[in-house]
Parts: sequence; structure tokens; C-alpha cells
Amino acid sequence: MDELEKRMLKEVAELDALPVGAFNIRSNGKSESRNSTANIQIESRESGDGINVYFKDGTKNESCHIPVIISKSGHKECVYNDFFIGEDCDVVIVAGCGISNCGGHDSQHDGIHTFHIGKNSKVKYIEKHYGEGTGTGKRFMNPTTVVYLEEGSTMDMDTSQIAGINDTYRITKAEIGPDATLVMHDKILTNFDQTAKAEITVDLNGDGSVCDIVSRGVAKGESEQDVIIDISGNAQCKGHAECDSIIMDKGVIVATPKLKATCVDASLIHEAAIGKIAGEQITKLMTLGLNEQEAEQKIIEGFLK
Amino acid sequence: MLELQNISFHADDKDILKDISLKIGDKFVAITGPNGSGKSTLLKVIMGIITPTSGRIIFDGQDITDLPVNERANLGMSFAFQQPVRFKGLKVIDLLKIAVGQEGTAAEIRSYLKAVGLCPMDYLNREINDTLSGGEMKRIEIAMAAARGGKLSLFDEPEAGIDLWSFQSLIEVFENLRNVTNGNIMIISHQERILEIADKIIYLKDGVIDRYDDSAKIMEELNMRRRGGCDCAHGQGGVSCNG
Repeated sequence: MDELEKRMLKEVAELDALPVGAFNIRSNGKSESRNSTANIQIESRESGDGINVYFKDGTKNESCHIPVIISKSGHKECVYNDFFIGEDCDVVIVAGCGISNCGGHDSQHDGIHTFHIGKNSKVKYIEKHYGEGTGTGKRFMNPTTVVYLEEGSTMDMDTSQIAGINDTYRITKAEIGPDATLVMHDKILTNFDQTAKAEITVDLNGDGSVCDIVSRGVAKGESEQDVIIDISGNAQCKGHAECDSIIMDKGVIVATPKLKATCVDASLIHEAAIGKIAGEQITKLMTLGLNEQEAEQKIIEGFLK
Repeated sequence: MLELQNISFHADDKDILKDISLKIGDKFVAITGPNGSGKSTLLKVIMGIITPTSGRIIFDGQDITDLPVNERANLGMSFAFQQPVRFKGLKVIDLLKIAVGQEGTAAEIRSYLKAVGLCPMDYLNREINDTLSGGEMKRIEIAMAAARGGKLSLFDEPEAGIDLWSFQSLIEVFENLRNVTNGNIMIISHQERILEIADKIIYLKDGVIDRYDDSAKIMEELNMRRRGGCDCAHGQGGVSCNG
């Protein structure tokens, strides 16, 4: 792995070296290195287009890193990663993709992650997408995340696209069983003429199921974001969605809430707000010594933290 | 150290501040006066949050009239808002770190929270959002201004929104601040206890300085007027009301 790839790895997975625990590092379409543990088994899919990761029942306090790096201009891939998490697990999964494109051809990563989470298991999932490069080739990232939560399980997702992706279409679908919980924090920052579309669809199917979806977006330059959050309450359940956005320059954001209840005991709430950075926030930070640009940067940093 | 030269501010067809000239060098100066008399506007003009229609502001011999807020802050001025600003995502520790600067230590940051009666363990990692009550926000705001320190600390009605039970400790915060700070403090207040600990009081009425004198003298006049039962219906509450 060269210096550029190491830097990208640091950017998307905060790794300075090979991680402890299970990992699969994919670079330009190939598995660069892989490690399974006694409880977490990583296997290539027979079709060769991704991996299956198996977590034994009762796996606790273990992590699995599966970062992806694309540094060859023009490289395009579609990868399927399936996670089978047994019962009574408590694990952390760190994904993420970085595209560095200094050439003239478009690069693209489409990652389809499917999580089957067993009874009473807890999963913390962190996914960071990042792009950079000085070439004319574009950087495309289209992640799809599908989550099946069995009884009593919890998925805590922290997903973000922090910079440098020309166009993204992010799909998240979740089916939530009895007493299961999905918490999702999704953050997108777009700039220049970048575009981002995010569709989050949640079906609260079990009694006692809960979802809390927080989507935060910042659109700078002439970038555009389109965020759709669609929650269906099909049982005695609680669903909350919050869609907060900041627009700057000539940015455009469309936020579309959709709630559907098919059960009288479903309680669903959606909040959405779009606006510029409040002038009083900038003034407050200026009274602490920051200039206007530093104040804006700090506010956005906090908003997307 | 602070001199206001013919400061006026006109907005919405109203003269909010009318040709105010003043030299302030005392350690603890309170500004009081009726609602709408221009107190907050005056303090914001000093900090640069509001640009005066005319007049000059001299701070430590330097004309700061055209300096932006942050440059005044870097000259040693700090400001605590009457209605503190909330931030989604930013935590108490984030703002306190900015306030104390790069040389500030973790112990120092914690001490500012303790000084306003907030337990650092409970509050440092709280987001400065709607989950904090108005009283908590005020205390954090005061802690930030204190942490900023410097030559001139401006407080816009710090007691507003603080419950009575907490008021005594607020007085102690300002008494302590007065003792430890090397700089000067200007504070807008309606509270007798705070006015009493001031060196001087500016009494503002209808956008002009009605009185500017030693705290004891102004307090005596205020008390005399109160004992005299004057409700100042015609004088709009001015200390110099002759009604």
C-alpha cells in the first residue's frame, strides 16, 4: 500500500496501521489484506464481487474493519458485502470508502451492505465516504445499506460523506422487528456542483420497535441535495426523523418527509428545517476571537460532527 | 481605557442612542435604566455587534470604530449575550476551548464552569442546544466571557433568566470576577445587589446618559426616589426625574 492509499485509509477508517480484530482492506478492486478471528469469519463471495462476514453468537467487544480505497482513475466497481451477526453479539463494524482520482476518467464505487442482525445483538456501524484528486475524472459513490433487525437487537449507524464526491445516491432500507431499535445519524457535505440524493426507508414491523433517524446536510457552492426519509409504522412502535440542513452560497436542499402508519399504536414524528447559518451564531463565535470564515467553519464542523 | 465620542445610533425612525460621550476607566461599571433606554444597544456598539450611525470608539488609545467583532475580541474585549446563542453539534467544551485559547488548560476550563455553579463532568460534553435550560445557558455564557478574560468584559443583563435560588451565587461570581480579573467589567443590570458592587453606575434614559457617577451616590438617589413613592410616570423612571 503506497503513501496515498495509507492516507486515504486514515481518512475513511482512521487507521494508521492494520487494525486489531477482523478486517478486509480492499484496494482498487482487490483484497489487499484480510484477517479473520475466532469469532468473526470473513469469506469471499463465490461470485467474487465482495465478502460475507459471519459473527458467531455471543461475540462481544470485537470489531471488523472493511475499508475500500480506489486510487486508479477510471476504476469502477460494484461490491456486495453481507454481514451475518449472530445472537447476543456486541460488535463494531467500520466501513468507508475513499476515492482519489487524479486522472481523466471517472471512478466509481457502488457498495451494497446487507446486515442480518440476530436476536438481542448490538451493532455499531460507522461508514465514512471521502473523495479527493486534481484530475478531471469524477468521483461517484453509491452506497446501499440494508438492515434486518431481529427481536431485541440494536443498530447504531453513523454514516457520513465528508467531502469530494461529485455525485452520490445513498439508499438505506431497514426492517425492524419486535423491541428492536435503529439509530441513524447521516451527514452529508456537498460543495461546488456536486449532487447528493439520500433515500432512507424504515419499516417498523415489530411491537416495541423504535427508530431515530437524524439527517444533517450542508450544501455549499452550487451543490444540490435531495433527502427523503420514509418511515412506516406497522405495529406498536415509535419512529422519529429529523432532517436538518444548512444552505450556503447557491446551494439547494430538498427535504421530503414521509410518514405512514398502518397501526393505531404507531407513534411517528418528523422534523425538518432548512436555513442558512444564523448570524447570531457567527457573531457569538466572533466575540470569542474567530473571524467570520473560521466561525462558519466551526459551526459546520459541529453541525456535521 | 474606553472612550465613547458622540455615539449615536438611529434605526427604524428612532434615535436609539443620542450623541453619547463618555470616558470609562473604572474596574466595575454597571449600566442600568428603563427598558428601551438603549442599554443593550450601547453595549453591542462597544463590542462592534452594532455599527453606530455616527461617533467614534477609542479603546486603550486606539480607534476601534471600524474594527470587526473578532478583532475587538482579540484586543481583549469579551461579550456575554442576554440571550445566549444555541448551536447544534457544538459542545460546551468546544466553545470554552476557543474562549480560553490554545494556552488554556483542561483544569482552567473546568474552573470556569465550577465558578458559575456547573459541574464540569456533567456539562463539558453537553451540546449547546435546546436540551439546556435558559438558566444553564446563561451560566455557560458567563463562564465563556470569564474564560475569555481580557481587558474589558461586557455582560448584557446576566441575571435575566437566572432563578432566585441561583442569584446569590451569581453575585458571588461577579464579586469573584471583579477580584481576580486584571481587566474592567461593564455589566447591564437591574439588580440592586449587582449595582451595589459596582464602582460606578451609568443611568441611561431615552438613549442619553441621564447620570454617570459613583455607585453609592446613584444608589442613594434611586432609594430616595423609591422611598418618595415616585413612580416616575412623567419622567419614565429617570433618576433625575423631578416630578
